[in-house]
Amino acid sequence: MTVTSTRAKPEGILPDRTKPAAPRKRRRNPLPYILLLPAVLIVLVDMGYPLLRQITMAFQHFSLEQQFGKPADFVGLDNFTRVLGDSAFWLTLGRSLAFCLVCAALTMAIGIGGALLLTKLSRPVSVFVQAAMLLAWAMPVLSSLQVFQWIFDSRSGVVDWTLAGLGMQGMAGYNWFSNPLTFFAVAAILVIWMSVPLVVFMVYASVTQIDESMLEASTLDGANGWKQFREITVPTIAPVLLLVTILEIIWDLRVFTQIFILQKNGGITEQTNVLGTYVYQVGLSGGDYGVASATALIMLLITLLLTWRYVTQFLKQGEV
Amino acid sequence: MALKSSPVRRSAANITGLVFGLLWIFPVYWLVNNSLVTDEALQSRTPSFLPLDFTWAHYETVLHDSRFWSALRMSFGVALIVVVAALLFAFFASMALSRFRFKGRKLIIISVLVIQMIPAEAMFISQYKMIDSWHLLNSVLGLSLLYVGASVPFTIWMLKGFVDGVPVELEESAMIDGCSRVGAFFRVTFPLLGSGLVASGIFAFLAAWNEYTLALVLLSSDNSKTLPLWIQGFSGQNQATDWGGIMAGSTLMALPVIILFVIVQKKMAQGLVAGAVKG
Repeated sequence: MTVTSTRAKPEGILPDRTKPAAPRKRRRNPLPYILLLPAVLIVLVDMGYPLLRQITMAFQHFSLEQQFGKPADFVGLDNFTRVLGDSAFWLTLGRSLAFCLVCAALTMAIGIGGALLLTKLSRPVSVFVQAAMLLAWAMPVLSSLQVFQWIFDSRSGVVDWTLAGLGMQGMAGYNWFSNPLTFFAVAAILVIWMSVPLVVFMVYASVTQIDESMLEASTLDGANGWKQFREITVPTIAPVLLLVTILEIIWDLRVFTQIFILQKNGGITEQTNVLGTYVYQVGLSGGDYGVASATALIMLLITLLLTWRYVTQFLKQGEV
Repeated sequence: MALKSSPVRRSAANITGLVFGLLWIFPVYWLVNNSLVTDEALQSRTPSFLPLDFTWAHYETVLHDSRFWSALRMSFGVALIVVVAALLFAFFASMALSRFRFKGRKLIIISVLVIQMIPAEAMFISQYKMIDSWHLLNSVLGLSLLYVGASVPFTIWMLKGFVDGVPVELEESAMIDGCSRVGAFFRVTFPLLGSGLVASGIFAFLAAWNEYTLALVLLSSDNSKTLPLWIQGFSGQNQATDWGGIMAGSTLMALPVIILFVIVQKKMAQGLVAGAVKG
């Protein structure tokens, strides 16, 4: 029970929140702007300025020479046409989208299922599941990456050993990182494993706020479990679901660290690139900053397109 | 809900729950387990499911590695600066967003969400150049500076939820008693945010503690690596991968975070009670 409370955050976005200071006087009060100043300032310096420079670079010819001081020429949409004309980009984009959608969908499904399951468990089991979630959630990415590489190791990995033991002899000594498909399977398992706890905690926190009497009344009225889930549970947890879905899509589309590090095992970087690692390669390794910046901008646009519907819906749901 | 579930259904749920929990706890168990067995056991083709060939040797290796200590100092320094700065800035900002209706408020809220979408890779190069021009490469300050900006939006988002939960009336009555508006924020609301501050602070800490990519770009010198860079470099140091050492190092790296999570869990229980009182 107490574990869930780490996620008390949804509280603030649920409809039953205490009223904010709604009818404030509309007179120009400088105080809120002053209060916002430090946060806005640091974000502008850290992200606003670099982003502007990057946007400029996307329209310039900018490679190593310019890096060392040669003035950069504006080349219009040249970088963009080069990116869009490159088949490697389209392959990478498709891979990224597929990976993002599969991971986000499975994470949401498992997370919601886990949260609903939590409400049905006996206390000791529930405590155990919550402890497991908390531990998995607390694991630093780099620690998780190391242990997953070890679990799927081709020599002494426990997965190969188990599969071979189950009669799949071909799996003994199988290198998961040498084939794009199994590479992404491992990456997806890792990403889903890392993201599910947050979804479980957030959804569980909001599910437990559902009025029990409403469910009981609907049972008396003859509603079955599925109907209750659709008509009572889903609408109540909708704001939280929306928020988590948005975040999952954003996070899974810009996945970098996991792929970047797992790629060191396989030597098939080209076939396992996602947008993030592709930009890194073109820019930092390849030295073509103009094209890398253009790709990064396209990536930002795609994220906005993918999430815009959810974001507007989320903002509409009552005053944020 | 408990009323209608039959014993059969309940045990089916419990079994599913157990499997679910075991699946999720397994990698954590595997990490700790494999940090505690001898090299021979690690090399063997049959995995050891229990640390029967027990040894502390891997921890000794790590704890005698000066690079580990330097990375630990670096990571703690950065995380500390990020937590303090991000919390302070986010507290101010969330007071503004929660207590006032002003022009541009909606824009700020949307920005907080949209900023999450900006791919970090989109800014590497110019961030690197910016930090370079300030001569802050390979320094705690340079890295923290960028981390604060990266974690402030999310911290605002979280903290705002908690600030919304504190009734304005408390501040107003303090103001009637002669407190200034800002004074009321600090004397009345701030202390009531305890659990919210802890929770959002932990998130900022975690973000800084875990971050790999910016650190990879900004920190190149050997004695300015953070823990994620150190652990990733660990495998490259020796000819054969020292899996025991990697597992021990990864466990040590996870330890502070796990401790923090356990602490926050209790704090949040208090927070829940406070939330219940607020009604």
